[in-house]
Amino acid sequence: MKKVMMGTEAATMAVKLARVQVVSAYPITPQTVIVESLADIIGRGELKAKYMPVESEHTAMSSCMGASLAGARTFTATSSQGLAYMHEMLHFTAGERVPVVMVNCNRALAPPWNLYCDHTDSLSQRDTGWIQYYCADAQDVLDAILIAYAVAEQALLPVMINLDAFYLTHTSEPLDVPDQETVDLFLPPYHASLKLDVNDPKTFSIVCGADLFSSIKYKRQGDTLAVARLWDQVAEKYNSHFNRLHKTVEAYRTEDADLCIVSIGTATGTIRLAVDRLREEGLKVGSLRLAMIRPFPLEGLQRAIAKVKHVIVIDRDVSFGAEGIVAQEVKAGLFGHRGDLKVTGFVAGVGGNDVTVDTIIPLVRQAISGYGNAVEAGMSLWAEVLP
Amino acid sequence: MSEQIRAKRELFIPGHYGCPGCGATVAMQQTLSVLGEDTIVVMTAGCWSSLIGIYPYTCLTVPVVSVAFGATASVAAGIKAGLTIQGNDHTTVLAFAGDGGTFDIGFQPLSGVVERNDDILFICYDNEAYMNTGIQRSSATPAGAWTTTTPDSARKGQRKKNMVEIMAAHRIPYAATASIGAPEDLKEKLEKAKNIKGSRFIHLFASCPTGWRHATELSIEVARQAIKSRVFPLYEVFGGDTWQLSSMPEKEGVDAYLKHQGRFKKMSVEERDRMQMRVDDDWQRLINRCQAPRAVG
Ligand SMILES: Cc1ncc(C[n+]2csc(CCOP(=O)(O)OP(=O)(O)O)c2C)c(N)n1
Ligand SMILES: [Mg+2]
Repeated sequence: MKKVMMGTEAATMAVKLARVQVVSAYPITPQTVIVESLADIIGRGELKAKYMPVESEHTAMSSCMGASLAGARTFTATSSQGLAYMHEMLHFTAGERVPVVMVNCNRALAPPWNLYCDHTDSLSQRDTGWIQYYCADAQDVLDAILIAYAVAEQALLPVMINLDAFYLTHTSEPLDVPDQETVDLFLPPYHASLKLDVNDPKTFSIVCGADLFSSIKYKRQGDTLAVARLWDQVAEKYNSHFNRLHKTVEAYRTEDADLCIVSIGTATGTIRLAVDRLREEGLKVGSLRLAMIRPFPLEGLQRAIAKVKHVIVIDRDVSFGAEGIVAQEVKAGLFGHRGDLKVTGFVAGVGGNDVTVDTIIPLVRQAISGYGNAVEAGMSLWAEVLP
Repeated sequence: MSEQIRAKRELFIPGHYGCPGCGATVAMQQTLSVLGEDTIVVMTAGCWSSLIGIYPYTCLTVPVVSVAFGATASVAAGIKAGLTIQGNDHTTVLAFAGDGGTFDIGFQPLSGVVERNDDILFICYDNEAYMNTGIQRSSATPAGAWTTTTPDSARKGQRKKNMVEIMAAHRIPYAATASIGAPEDLKEKLEKAKNIKGSRFIHLFASCPTGWRHATELSIEVARQAIKSRVFPLYEVFGGDTWQLSSMPEKEGVDAYLKHQGRFKKMSVEERDRMQMRVDDDWQRLINRCQAPRAVG
């Protein structure tokens, strides 16, 4: 059924369609719409779930972990400071191998306070062991959450679905809402293979020595790496039900490109417009959206830029003292494979600066010529810095 | 049902890694003997998460999860929610944390859980310091006690936080103090707590020979002395407003309690007198709140 929805509403709809059993969350702008509307639909009995209006994000994640350990399908949502407040429990949840699915609304971290789009919140949690997916539009939000449950419950790893603050959380878009029966076919109820069960007592996460510790982490590393392929397989299955494909990377006009602009999140749509414009000028440009950051979609990236000579990365985030985080990831992924490749990293659109076609085109020209308004800081060039 | 289950298997089997004379192990043993097999235990950083065993060994045969330090109550509440939505309304979810995991780092989640009246039993085994990390002060450490993080004159200046009062202020359905020095009373309270719906809190006094510097065979004796001297009175609070004394010890000075414990050795006479005064004041305050005491030894 066609509907017009904001990204946050698409998320709520997906949670309902996934028949989530426990929702535990704490409000924060711009995620609030999600917790409010979930309270509403659970209150009205449209979703048969336990709603836990908890006192903090640490507790939201802890209780999701507990509910998941008891075998229930769980959901939470947060943003920015809230995600940072969860940090300890992010590591714990991934290590406990429970399939919690969470929406994070990408918002700048204080100080100074700023409510707008920035990816530093989730990217600075990339080493916690969570699968990280970055949505392109509202349809992607709805579909990715459903795919996420299927992937999480198969891999026994938690998944974070990221939505750009306001550009996606609060923008209304037309989208297709799948019917419940087909979703039920795609996503059957969760049956935990290991859980807290008095009839089959198990002990979880007590102390373990160095010998076993290393093996447990090694296994988890393998299982996490495997999610890049697993996601694409599950996405194909989703496609067979609903006719929409959401893979870990999304290439646009890269086949014959010399230059490729790599990005995550909603900026990709705008970047494609810039690509079209630059192509009209005869420049062989393409765009690559990394939908997944953890596990890093290495194969997809390498395939997409196999013939490219110059990669531009647009980061809406920074790792202070280094450079844009996506640029770091891309460089690390290409090291040893493409020694000839030039990589230029830009930091643009942080704290809610709009990334428009008119932002991108000059950056591309600067990457090629070496001249422009973006200013250097370490290995990256910063757009939008006051003189 | 619990009687049949109890006959089936031991829930606390030999082989824990605790110190000789550990009060916290007695606390768990007593607790599980009443709660029975239909129990899920959530524990956290602290002595219990170390003494339970090192993977693949454990001394408990009920399901256990050991979670982040501040998260005992919140994980327990999540487990309960997960069980309930799947139709299980009988399993007791026990959050079992030390004083640090209750009074300090676990305080906010505990307050949240109790305010929402989530259906869990929270037991704080109180050994009055962070023992697992080497005897550091907590807000449960009494004034006058030595710890490794009390730089001012090597003993704590501030008094102990009263957790049961704080729980009562939440209007919790059931809160009680109990002690490994009064096992019959503890059992009764556990039975009661087990059968009440909503949040339940037991503040369980558990001596620690290693941290309190007393002989290992004196753990129960020291706990008894804490009751007798009125340092640790036994009482219950129903619904946050009905206070009930569990025992009425004769007025006996604090000295008999202090004398076995090295941690109080450095107390001055003035500090000892101040402690006595506070014990008397607190007792009076408690008596004023309480109904007539039950006849319990
Ligand atoms: C977030 C966090 N901070 C600090 C620690 C280190 N730590 C582990 S146990 C502990 C003290 C535990 O004290 P208590 O709760 O009283 O339990 P006990 O050791 O006395 O049994 C501390 C500080 C930790 N594990 N996690
Ligand atoms: Mg302690």
